[in-house]
Amino acid sequence: MSWETVIGLETHVQLSTKTKLFSRASTAFGASPNTNVNLVDCGLPGVLPSVNKEAFYKAIRFGIAIDAQINQVSIFDRKNYFYADLPKGYQITQMELPIVLGGSINIVSGETTKTINITRAHLEEDAGKSIHDEYDGYSAIDLNRAGTPLLEIVSEPEISSAKEAVAYMKAMHQLVTYLDVSDGNMAQGSLRCDANVSIRKKGDKDLGTRTEIKNINSFKFIEKAINFEIKRQIKILEKGETVTQETRLYDSSKDETRSMRSKEFANDYRYFPEPDLLPVVISDEEIKRIKDEFPELPSEKEMRYQQDFKISAYDAQIIASSKSMADFFEAAAEQTGNYNLLANWLIGEISAYLNKELIEINESKLSIANVAILINRIDDQTISGKIGKAIFEEMCISGISPDEIIESQGLKQISDDGAIEEIINSVINDNPAQVEAYLGGKDKLFGFFVGQVMKLTQGKANPKTVNAILKEKLK
Amino acid sequence: MNIQFKSIIELRAMLDNKSISISELIHESFLLAKKYNELNCFVTMNEEVGQKKADAAGSNNKNSSMLFGIPLAQKDLFCTENLRTTCSSKILSNFIPPYTATAVKKLEDAGSITIGKTNMDEFAMGSSNETSFFGNVHNPWKKGYVPGGSSGGSAAAVAAGIVPAATGTDTGGSIRQPAAHCGITGLKPTYGRVSRWGMIAFASSLDQAGPLARTAEDCAILLNSMSGYDSKDTTSLNSDVPDFLANINQPIDGLKIGIIKEFNLNDLDSEVQARFEESKKTYEKLGAKFIEVSLPNISASVPTYYSIAPAECSSNLSRFDGVRFGHRAKNTTDLNDLYIKSRSEGFGDEVKRRILIGTYALSAGYYDAYYKKAQQVRRLIKNDFDQVFQSVDVLMTPTSPNTAFEFGSKGMQNPVELYLEDLFTISSNLAGLPAISIPHGQVNSLPVGLQLIGNFLKEDQLLNTAHLFQKNSDFHLAQPSLEDFS
Repeated sequence: MSWETVIGLETHVQLSTKTKLFSRASTAFGASPNTNVNLVDCGLPGVLPSVNKEAFYKAIRFGIAIDAQINQVSIFDRKNYFYADLPKGYQITQMELPIVLGGSINIVSGETTKTINITRAHLEEDAGKSIHDEYDGYSAIDLNRAGTPLLEIVSEPEISSAKEAVAYMKAMHQLVTYLDVSDGNMAQGSLRCDANVSIRKKGDKDLGTRTEIKNINSFKFIEKAINFEIKRQIKILEKGETVTQETRLYDSSKDETRSMRSKEFANDYRYFPEPDLLPVVISDEEIKRIKDEFPELPSEKEMRYQQDFKISAYDAQIIASSKSMADFFEAAAEQTGNYNLLANWLIGEISAYLNKELIEINESKLSIANVAILINRIDDQTISGKIGKAIFEEMCISGISPDEIIESQGLKQISDDGAIEEIINSVINDNPAQVEAYLGGKDKLFGFFVGQVMKLTQGKANPKTVNAILKEKLK
Repeated sequence: MNIQFKSIIELRAMLDNKSISISELIHESFLLAKKYNELNCFVTMNEEVGQKKADAAGSNNKNSSMLFGIPLAQKDLFCTENLRTTCSSKILSNFIPPYTATAVKKLEDAGSITIGKTNMDEFAMGSSNETSFFGNVHNPWKKGYVPGGSSGGSAAAVAAGIVPAATGTDTGGSIRQPAAHCGITGLKPTYGRVSRWGMIAFASSLDQAGPLARTAEDCAILLNSMSGYDSKDTTSLNSDVPDFLANINQPIDGLKIGIIKEFNLNDLDSEVQARFEESKKTYEKLGAKFIEVSLPNISASVPTYYSIAPAECSSNLSRFDGVRFGHRAKNTTDLNDLYIKSRSEGFGDEVKRRILIGTYALSAGYYDAYYKKAQQVRRLIKNDFDQVFQSVDVLMTPTSPNTAFEFGSKGMQNPVELYLEDLFTISSNLAGLPAISIPHGQVNSLPVGLQLIGNFLKEDQLLNTAHLFQKNSDFHLAQPSLEDFS
């Protein structure tokens, strides 16, 4: 039997506004529990929400970027359910009239490009956080996150594999970070998704029964969770049994999904229009201003980098593909003249390191100033590229300035001809057999002499100078 | 110096001519509250802070603000910083808010002094003040009779002359009906005229704060301070606030008053009906003209209201879950058990009934038939009013179909009997229109109220119309003997 997978994703994007969706409390991440909380956020009796328009502007920017319809009149609704970290006993969301309708996103999976249609995107507030394992016999509640603005983006069920789902989320990440709609930080939950997965016989028109995997927050887990779920469902179907419609959770430690609640226990959310808020009306002028202030998108950056910085199309494309990388490149380029060397380092050593650590450059210890200094020291031959790599490793761990590392560890390159000639002389004197062989035509031995010089200088000798003098001496 | 039954304007004159100090005035007000403790008007007194504020004024009596040094009482659903706010519910019986409601703050900023928080129907759900966790309030005119509700404590405190005025809130008649039953003046402003920030919500789209006082003039004084846009309540109206006292004395010659055909007054108690006819004559003498008008959908007001208000209340009251504030049940096994026990113990029967009705009206499969339909009918009712106000200036109805009734005599078997108390008042909440109740006589020694409904933002016209009636009658000057209470 040949099976086909159908996936739809609900992506939650935390909007990077300074304050919450309905209160003026800060949205800063990492504050001590219950400090970014005001009267509105903890749902005290008598408080009322007031809309943060900045969240609307960000949502609209997203809508324009995916070529969607923008509802200039939008209404909030209450979604009622009880949970300890939901202070009002309802979440304010948009049910009937979402701010963004339709649109599409292009994804690149392997060699192929595919267009995924978007059903809708709506604004809603996040809940707080329940902490169940820190206090014996008690659960604790942190309301810092309560009221943080989210844009929930619902895709059509047009994604057909875990790999495509990852590609979709990567495209989403690029888009929301580029638009400055979100910081896209998945580890902090700024970008997360629920995956609706179903299986049907190849060629069937009707969709199979789906399950919803809740709250997946890394590219790696998206792929693993969906693949696990696909296998689980196929196994059930091949036994001739039926899939139960339910909500499932992905447990990354066991690499499996498990049932959270089935459909019969689903809440009746009793949606109704939020009477504490008037419909929010966005004027034509506001839409025009958002369009006028539209941020530069990756393709535009690529062109500009090639023109302004004279870097290759390949380098420009890789750097521009990530907003954080592009921002870093542009800022560092202001502090160094060798754009090509900077680009090489960004897509080489630095990217390799970030990929290994699964972090974005702005989450690493690498500062713009320090990377620029490193490039400048290689460029002005204070250090060799090889020493540069050693210094870079140190920078990644400690975040210390390259100049300090060079100073404290005496890594300054030896470019003084006299000093290098002295060392070369001693290498030639100590290895008469190799000198003879080289002069007899064994050209490959040249590298041996360079290596010996580098060994004696702990790699600090300027390689160009070493090569030139050696060539002269071994004539 | 006797201050009982004095109006704000009279007290202002006494303060201005130094026949009393602010400190003495506030002290007298607290003494009266104690003397008539049996009325059960107050849930919490603000004696220490209130008297201190009064003493701080020293001999400085004069101020540009009419309310400077005037004692007021606040309905116990306005949050007051550091002063217990209960909504007359067990679930909030120990709740001390960290902030003050905008309406109260504006009155206090104008120099008034809060002497206490008044008893009410639990969460403002009721028309008799009998649903309070803190017990019944007596009608100052007759012991053992209800003061009306839900702002029953505020109405009784004013009627007993303890304070010249008090705040109330009106979701379906909760200012006007107790004002009528207690023989005082009560105004529900246009929806959005007064900020709802800090008012504990019953039904958000209907709730509106307003004044209860002895006269229309005093209502105007309070409304002057309470009104205005508040950035913390984005449903409050960003409209100019006129000086409501400035034009209160305008002649009303030629005023067109509408009588609503659909309210069949022949069904009313004949004495109540007779009072109504008398008041028509008073207005005719003042030059007003009466026109019969039709509001075809108004008869659907009560069922419409009882779909919308409980629906909103079922959601608004979800936050009382025992987690962050309010009553929390002991010995609970898990989160659900905490919710069930805290809410079962904390809410009274009427509140539970409305939460159930509202939850049902919003639930999947019933939403379209109840809540959504009710909102559509509400729109039709509002359209009816818009239509009618093209040909008349104000509408006149009785405030309540009858006078105050005895404790326990109504709605105990059938709650709908009590819901019909609000027959004449509910439609102005559904349409968001201002309405006022003024006393216009008595039946069997109990006050009867006359309601005037105005067009959108036309409180000035309502107050003007009410004031001219009071200038030409003395019903509002009647005082209960209170001999059974002290």
